[in-house]
Amino acid sequence: MATTMDHQIVEDLKAAGIDYITSVPCKQLAGVIEILEQTSNIMHMPSNKEDEGMGLCAGAFMGGMKPAIVMQNTALGVVVNTLATLIQFYQIPLPMLISYRGEVGEPVACQVEMALHTKAILNQLHIPTYHFHKPEDAAELPGILEYAQMASKPVAILCDASFWRASA
Amino acid sequence: MIRNDVFKTLIPVISEHLVVCNIGAPSQELHALDDRASNFYMLGTMGLSSSIGLGLAAAQDKPVIAIDGDGSVLTNLGTLATIGNNPQGNFTLLIIDNGSYGSTGDQPTYAGMKTDLAAVAKACGAETVQTVSAEDTTEAVKAAIASDEMTIIVSKCESGNVAVPVIKTNPIVIRERFMEEVRR
Repeated sequence: MATTMDHQIVEDLKAAGIDYITSVPCKQLAGVIEILEQTSNIMHMPSNKEDEGMGLCAGAFMGGMKPAIVMQNTALGVVVNTLATLIQFYQIPLPMLISYRGEVGEPVACQVEMALHTKAILNQLHIPTYHFHKPEDAAELPGILEYAQMASKPVAILCDASFWRASA
Repeated sequence: MIRNDVFKTLIPVISEHLVVCNIGAPSQELHALDDRASNFYMLGTMGLSSSIGLGLAAAQDKPVIAIDGDGSVLTNLGTLATIGNNPQGNFTLLIIDNGSYGSTGDQPTYAGMKTDLAAVAKACGAETVQTVSAEDTTEAVKAAIASDEMTIIVSKCESGNVAVPVIKTNPIVIRERFMEEVRR
């Protein structure tokens, strides 16, 4: 079931002019994805893997749309090359709404392994990174979305279990 | 016919359209034969030509031709399911299927063995999928561009590359001039 926070996130995306979103699901993102499916001003085109999704976003951007990707942090292990040689090399603005699995509140031990690498990978790639830990952190989202466009860069928004739990 | 021969006959048909071209030898050969602002050359990221093409086709109305390779499609096989389930009438995916990884030394791909990419594309939900000879490729692409149906064309050609320089154009220049063509 989508929460008020899920609705707010999608409203902020719409208000920022985001009109194309690809997603690979995560349990924490289920509410956002559910709303995206019902949002007529956003074209939602799910992808099978996040690098594929970034290709779709690059194409949509060159076609005049404002894309974003919704994905899980584990996928940062998949997309390093695509971020460096497509999104960054061609300077494509790309907000990445990322569920930050493996943080406090995580029930699945294996998720911790990629959580440990998440910020290190983003730092290594020099990707502006924001961490939503408390519901009030989400107030920054409109500014972050604008920043991604201004800078023509990928931007990571990590949303952890505490954020989703407190927002429920 | 090798890829470069197919390109020679294809150029009059695609040169006025938006073309997304696969990394390595395909982009370099197209660039050497007919460099145009309406060509988006992939300088990195193997496998995403079809994805970029689909996103571009979905975002605007002009015809889009994505040139991909059998090896590149194999590296991003999920793309065929995304394409099959999100058909865009202005989208043509041309898979140059020479059964080899041309840019890396012509190592054989599974598409040159038992894997039939056209059958995979159909199984993924794409409705108009054609396997054509290298000689028939240009006519097939011409018809696909003229039609309102999304078409996937698997062009069976011989393995081989020609010696051409790498692309030195700045990626932002490639992207900016391409986007101007999109807006034109």
